[in-house]
Amino acid sequence: MASIPRTLYEKIWADHVVERRGDGTCLVYIDRHLVHEVTSPQAFSGLRAAGRPVRRPDLTLAVPDHNLPTTARVDAAGRALPIADAASAGQLAALRANVAEFGVPYIDALDARQGIVHVVGPEQGFTLPGTTLVCGDSHTSAHGALGALAFGIGTSEVEHVLATQTLLLQQSKTLEIRVDGSLGFGVSPKDVVLAIIGKIGAAGGSGYVIEFTGEVIRAMSVEGRLTVSNMSIEGGARSGLIAPDETTFAYLKGRPMAPQGEDWDRAVAYWRMLPTDAGARYDKTVLLHASDIAPSLTWGTSPEDVVAITGAIPDPESFADPSKRVAAQKSLDYMGLAAGTAMQDIAIEHVFIGSCTNSRIEDLRAAAAVVKGRHVADRIRQALIVPGSGLVKLQAEAEGLDRIFTEAGFEWREPGCSMCLAMNPDKVPPGERCASTSNRNFVGRQGPGARTHLLSPAMAAAAAVTGRLTDVRELMSADA
Amino acid sequence: MEPVRQVEGRAYPWGAKNIDTDIIIPAHWLKTTTREGLGKGAFETVRAQPGNIFDDPRYAGAPVLIAGDNFGCGSSREHAAWALADMGVKAVIAPSFSDIFSGNAFKNGIVAVVLPQDAIDRLVEVARDNEITVDLETMTVTTPFQDRFAFELDAFRRQCLLEGLDEIGMTLAKDTEISKYESGVAMSRPWIAVGAGNEGTLVTGAGRT
Repeated sequence: MASIPRTLYEKIWADHVVERRGDGTCLVYIDRHLVHEVTSPQAFSGLRAAGRPVRRPDLTLAVPDHNLPTTARVDAAGRALPIADAASAGQLAALRANVAEFGVPYIDALDARQGIVHVVGPEQGFTLPGTTLVCGDSHTSAHGALGALAFGIGTSEVEHVLATQTLLLQQSKTLEIRVDGSLGFGVSPKDVVLAIIGKIGAAGGSGYVIEFTGEVIRAMSVEGRLTVSNMSIEGGARSGLIAPDETTFAYLKGRPMAPQGEDWDRAVAYWRMLPTDAGARYDKTVLLHASDIAPSLTWGTSPEDVVAITGAIPDPESFADPSKRVAAQKSLDYMGLAAGTAMQDIAIEHVFIGSCTNSRIEDLRAAAAVVKGRHVADRIRQALIVPGSGLVKLQAEAEGLDRIFTEAGFEWREPGCSMCLAMNPDKVPPGERCASTSNRNFVGRQGPGARTHLLSPAMAAAAAVTGRLTDVRELMSADA
Repeated sequence: MEPVRQVEGRAYPWGAKNIDTDIIIPAHWLKTTTREGLGKGAFETVRAQPGNIFDDPRYAGAPVLIAGDNFGCGSSREHAAWALADMGVKAVIAPSFSDIFSGNAFKNGIVAVVLPQDAIDRLVEVARDNEITVDLETMTVTTPFQDRFAFELDAFRRQCLLEGLDEIGMTLAKDTEISKYESGVAMSRPWIAVGAGNEGTLVTGAGRT
């Protein structure tokens, strides 16, 4: 008897249901739990107050990232430098104390493997296909790039997972986003995901788990896929899966925490069974074609406010939805922009290349390729390159990328969340404008009054050298 | 968690769309290690504007907030729910919520009520001068007039709210089932245990440099 065709999501879900309640809520097992300093202190306090241990410390991994300054962490003698902000220092100290008390594996700020949780998980082989993976951070969707059912959770859920290694969940609907064709010259995975969010809207994926499919996704490296899955949440979807394939297996093989030997072979055999079966049904499908995707960026204060770099600021009056008209005008007032302005006429003061969206080695290579032989424009006040982990930083230095950046006038920093979220010293001053490879252009996200344009690493590099938002293809053509 | 059966009182008649959790509580408030006291940081950027709804004395301490589509989008920070709870909000009514926020709200005894846009428009109008009632027993939102809007809520969440249940305690009672599941996985997917055959590189302990 032929079994009913299932999607990747349905297969992972079915293998993780511990118990199904009468009302449809399921007790779902969690295979992997990443912990950082911001969303965990209250969860550990809750455990302590109730006298509860961490059920599976071995399935848990803690790394500090959000609060850490990205300036030097040790002095000339190799001694750890103090963190000036007392509240940040306190939160980081609380994480160290909590992992020691509860026996949770921990990568310290001074360890070469430290980095942004969503960079560290895949890099260490902690993230695996077919697993359920959670973290108290919405960009946990990134790990879906390796075929893990990965999603962000709140602190009460962090406590629930620490105590029980499970969560109470309702099964989601499925949304296939298929991108066919092959990407044009100068078009990157970031442009693909911005185009997707522009099409479905910031709430388009609410209630759904996305599966990204199609030739463009298949052709992407794991790094590129991580960029796409990372921003699923900006389209409203808690998770964004990509079926594991030979690219995924080649990426994972030999990573420190990935299975080895006979376990590896058994794991790969299982992973090969995971992709969506022919004939399986998604609740909804959205199609995009690569030929319609140009280097893109945001103009407003929602990630859905996407336009091609060759385009202009839209007229708020052009939106059919009255509430969108109001929102667009408010966005433009905040951004200090007028309808009709060509995107390439917009000058910037800051450049940030980093974040869990775009801080991996391929991102830094793409930026360096544009920067090489050029210099940061005079009007740029700060241009930061923040590698996603200490290992990415070492790799980039081995390739000489750090020298390309520093000779061009960029600052080469220590790994962390940095200028993505205004929680550490890296901020954009009020009223100033930043070309940023991060994931959110919300009001105040990069600092009170800060104005953010989201774009790819290559586009951010192009903006840095010209001092304005720039079509990177023009610089790339000049190089060819 | 305290049981919640009904939320009655004034409501912030806001209606704004795509309110992200950075708006509800900016990141610099997230450096706390407790759940308390976040109300003073709630809607900080909105409250910096003169004439904003949150500093309007008519709505001071209102237990209900009426918002637009996609409320609570963005960051998973539960601090958003803690901030709302700390400012006295016990129910948010909107056409849609982000999945992560609605879960966080519910775990803090805040009812996330989904109603269609026309109901929201009517409630915003009424709430300017009148009280609103959210009733979890009857699953309705009512006004002093003849308005009666029925809403739906996940049965499990409703039960937890009505009875004030401790979710972790309930799940810990399933220890036998969880252990049985783990034994099965140890046989069928042994690689799930991190470092099986890989102890030499397992990340352990704190404080290494």
